[in-house]
Amino acid sequence: MSSLAQTQPALAAASLPKATAEPAWVKWTLVTVALTFLTLFLVLPLSVVLYGAFELGVKVWWDAITEPDALAAIRLTLFVLVIVVPLNAIFGIAIAWAIAKFEFKGKTLLISIIDMPFAISPVVVGLIFVILFGSQGWLGPWLSAHDIKIVFAVPGIIIVILFGTLPFVARELIPLMQQQGKEEEEASLTLGASGWKTFWYVTLPNIKWGLIYGVVLCNARAMGEFGAVAIVSGRIRGETNTMPLHIEVLYNEYMFTAAFAVSSLLTGLALVTIVIKSWVEYKDERRHKTA
Amino acid sequence: MSISIEQVNKRFGNFVALDNVNLAIKTGELTALLGPSGSGKTTLLRIIAGLEQADSGIIRFNNEDITGQHVSERGVGFVFQHYALFKHMTVSENVAYGLTVKPKKFRPSKAEIAKKVNNLLELVQLGWTADRYPSQLSGGQRQRIALARALAVEPKMLLLDEPFGALDAKVRAELRRWLRRLHDEIHVTSVFVTHDQEEALEVADRIVVMNKGRIEQDGTPEQVYDNPANPFVYEFLGNVNLFHARVKQGQSSIGDLQVPSPEYTNSEEQDGLAYVRPHEIDVFNLPQPDAIKVKLDLVTIVGPAVRLEVLAESDQQLIHIEQPKEQFKQLNLKQGDTAWILPRYTKVFLGEGI
Repeated sequence: MSSLAQTQPALAAASLPKATAEPAWVKWTLVTVALTFLTLFLVLPLSVVLYGAFELGVKVWWDAITEPDALAAIRLTLFVLVIVVPLNAIFGIAIAWAIAKFEFKGKTLLISIIDMPFAISPVVVGLIFVILFGSQGWLGPWLSAHDIKIVFAVPGIIIVILFGTLPFVARELIPLMQQQGKEEEEASLTLGASGWKTFWYVTLPNIKWGLIYGVVLCNARAMGEFGAVAIVSGRIRGETNTMPLHIEVLYNEYMFTAAFAVSSLLTGLALVTIVIKSWVEYKDERRHKTA
Repeated sequence: MSISIEQVNKRFGNFVALDNVNLAIKTGELTALLGPSGSGKTTLLRIIAGLEQADSGIIRFNNEDITGQHVSERGVGFVFQHYALFKHMTVSENVAYGLTVKPKKFRPSKAEIAKKVNNLLELVQLGWTADRYPSQLSGGQRQRIALARALAVEPKMLLLDEPFGALDAKVRAELRRWLRRLHDEIHVTSVFVTHDQEEALEVADRIVVMNKGRIEQDGTPEQVYDNPANPFVYEFLGNVNLFHARVKQGQSSIGDLQVPSPEYTNSEEQDGLAYVRPHEIDVFNLPQPDAIKVKLDLVTIVGPAVRLEVLAESDQQLIHIEQPKEQFKQLNLKQGDTAWILPRYTKVFLGEGI
């Protein structure tokens, strides 16, 4: 009996793959197609950026990114990130909370509206805000009467990037919070915890990884946003040029090395983002395995 | 802590969850809210806890109106069907939670909290799990931890929402006996929701049977089982056979069989329904006066008992019977044989029943 039990699984294991697996050539064709595609459209362009940036040596690269206009662009981009990312995180948590834990009229509408920024072309987004806040726009006369500048200034940039990255955190958190339900929060409340303590000790730890993931994605998109920013910023050098805009200016002026140098910086930031994202995914997966 | 529920109503959209419910629960009692799903039992429990707000009506704890009090101030211990343990905290952090979130003024010292957590884990016999995470425990263990967590804040009452509903049969049976003993030890006023009549009969001091947002009957397990107030309670508290009956002046006739129905002495002749439980029917292998002649359609042996499905010869009505195996063996009957049956105890309700 015991020898039977031992030999049977071995037999099954040997005969199983034939029944379920595709032929080897299918597998290798697919792998080759995927790898070729990745090389052509990801690895190659990335290498070109790095090659272009460092072609004339590290000194030229360093000069290109420490040039005043480049520094201003980097500073502006980071400044925008510092404002946009926390605001989006807060908004994302708020809307995910509302959708996952409350019942109200218009909930389905809200869920579909939240994806709008992804669907609308960035150029259109830029135009919307120019029409709203521009000097010829609806709110233009009132704004100029109160000496508030939004379009062709930093507030405009922040607004369009905020709009464009709005869904990232919320989309990440809504399914997560819906799946978790509200029992743990209710348990916390019955144990005497206030609403704030419940959020801090129960809700936030439960959504931590989803939140970080959403923030990382939001961050990546906010750095690279081009179309909408190009329209509302007015492209004032050293003032309203973010990094992507600055790269375009350099490129249009045939300063390829400088353009590549700033590009390499942006690419570097993107790579860091991807590493963080993978790490978060890895941690999250491990947490699910133990759970 | 006594609980008093006065004229409580609750609707969800068009669905009436609670329809003018009145109930008083005495201090130290273990009460079961028993009913099918949708009967409003969980809603009532959540309204007592403050997790749900009644549309109208009053809730009192010890005669004090707490209808508008927030759940975090009611001092109730609540146990959820799916445990609702904090996944990211260890077992001891879970149990300590209610104490650690207290405002500084009322919070015990770290050493006191640790001591209390240890005592509670001993009480639920899970001291060795202190440093584990909930995901590493079985369902039954998780529910005991959830109970320890609820007890940590010394609640005025314990409310349990289908506490054993997600567990398998054996763990369920163990855990409910354990809950009964625990209640005998600590005597905190407890209300638990269940749709399992056996669980309610076994554990509770008192059973409140609910249906469609109303209370059908309220009494000790014996009262509710032996004297069901209406057909619904009768059917809900165990399997039952239904027979058409004619009721007249304290007598009911079921076919040729006459049974006394002293509660209807003054009634005109009218239709009724006779309820007979499967284990309250005698089976004979020889003709008996008044007995119903039947054919044994199906004989199933379930452990120590025998379940019979028999067909009445007169109208082919299907009747369920349950007997101890030994008793049935002595009759020397087998599937397909003819037999005679007599109900030992019959309860007749007027009208067409439910």
